[in-house]
Amino acid sequence: MASSGSGYDLSSSTFSPDGRIFQVEYASKAVENAGTALGLKCSNGVVLCVEKPLLNKMLLPSSSRRIHTIDSHSGVAITGFVSDGRQMVNRAREECSNYEETYGTKIPSKVLGERLASYVHYFTLHGSLRPFGTSALVASYDPETKQHSLQMVEPSGVAYTYYGCAAGKGRQPARTELEKLDVHKPETSIDVREGVKQLARIIHLLHEEGKDKPFELEMSWVCEESNWEHKGVPRDYIKEAVEWAKKDIEEEEEFESDEDEEMED
Amino acid sequence: MSLSLSAGGSVRAASANSNASQRTRQPIVTGTSVLAIKYNGGVMMTADTLCSYGSMAKYKDARRLQSINPKTLIGGGGEYSDFQAVTELLKRNALEDKCTADSLYDEDASEECAREVWNYLRAVMYNRRNKMNPLWNDLVVAGFSAQGDSFLGFVDKIGTTYEDNYIATGFGSYLAMPILREKYREGMTEGEARALLEDCMKVLFYRDCRALNRIQIAKVTKDEGVLISDPYELETDWSSAAFITPKATLDGDGGW
Repeated sequence: MASSGSGYDLSSSTFSPDGRIFQVEYASKAVENAGTALGLKCSNGVVLCVEKPLLNKMLLPSSSRRIHTIDSHSGVAITGFVSDGRQMVNRAREECSNYEETYGTKIPSKVLGERLASYVHYFTLHGSLRPFGTSALVASYDPETKQHSLQMVEPSGVAYTYYGCAAGKGRQPARTELEKLDVHKPETSIDVREGVKQLARIIHLLHEEGKDKPFELEMSWVCEESNWEHKGVPRDYIKEAVEWAKKDIEEEEEFESDEDEEMED
Repeated sequence: MSLSLSAGGSVRAASANSNASQRTRQPIVTGTSVLAIKYNGGVMMTADTLCSYGSMAKYKDARRLQSINPKTLIGGGGEYSDFQAVTELLKRNALEDKCTADSLYDEDASEECAREVWNYLRAVMYNRRNKMNPLWNDLVVAGFSAQGDSFLGFVDKIGTTYEDNYIATGFGSYLAMPILREKYREGMTEGEARALLEDCMKVLFYRDCRALNRIQIAKVTKDEGVLISDPYELETDWSSAAFITPKATLDGDGGW
């Protein structure tokens, strides 16, 4: 009983005396060690971005995708246990399909988020189940209300709607960077093209050049340009954004080192 | 996928009990013929927009030609609600295919080809009929095979299938088929194909009491995919003496 949960962490059906459910916290830990996933709500769409570590040189880069299409107008980016995430993706597809079959309209973004969250939450209620070790970022568009939205479903089963959100290893610095973009104010909101560049910049900011393991950047959007369908960001535009990001980071560093020299003088 | 291959409704063993449940024995709201022919560069299909309730012309704007994916067109006669269920099923499958595709990019996309849709429908129809619960339709599937050849196939409510260069269902198989057999030849131009189909639809309107002169024409081509026209009315001429003084009012067998 010397483990960190001292006996209260064996099942998600038990609270600890100070009111915590350790199994759920451990599940969140699983997400904290995985590749960074970012989402950004822009003026004319939503952008999703996941950094996929390339664990093996022999890996086919496009395999084991982290971003999935759920319905024509919505997509989900997952990080953490990818296999758990796939389960969530399948469930999300089912929810979309069932909703449309029953009501004849596309599922509203909020309903999709809530239903996915309920599904995840169920796995935190029973002693015989293991919570999901995955966070899912949901980008969706509602053709009825013409609104786009970004939500994040966490292993605990909560879902919040965001202007910008991050999960995975680099989430803390990424959140700070996202906040700096000020996208929550209408007057400083950016468009998706700019959003793609900023997300690429944030991901590259989290890595030190040549020091970290290689990774692949997966990006998708639901925006005006894609006819409000969930589509991959054009490959050449991702390339362009990454090049811009690297240059921007370099310039920033030079600027900072100049400032340091001045301080020394 | 409530529709896929499962039986609908409750099954009770047939017994002397008159409360025993029965499956669909006849369609209620029906569409009539669908005609389709291959021509040079594509496949063309036509159907009128009428759905009858028995002999009553009840719905005059029922669209019976539907695009399933950018390369596949289906047309249906028979029970209209079943046709709607079939198209919904196919569209749901197409959406699922799109969502579960290997790539997030359009340029890598590959949808189910017409031949696959046709074969899938055969499986659905045959299974349903074996469960004594058929979907009451004659379906025509047009489009392209994976190899890029134009494709035209037929499936009916009991799972019979065939492929041909021209297909006519329902009353059309009696009234339009002889015309198609006579006038069809390989490599017709788009204009010739359209004229032939319109001629057939006129004959059907004159002689099939469940047909209407308001029709739609659709084509599938490799370059443009599926294009379905808005409904339009055919010019008809009822000045023939046989129409003015039908023999039915005279002594005789009542024929024209």
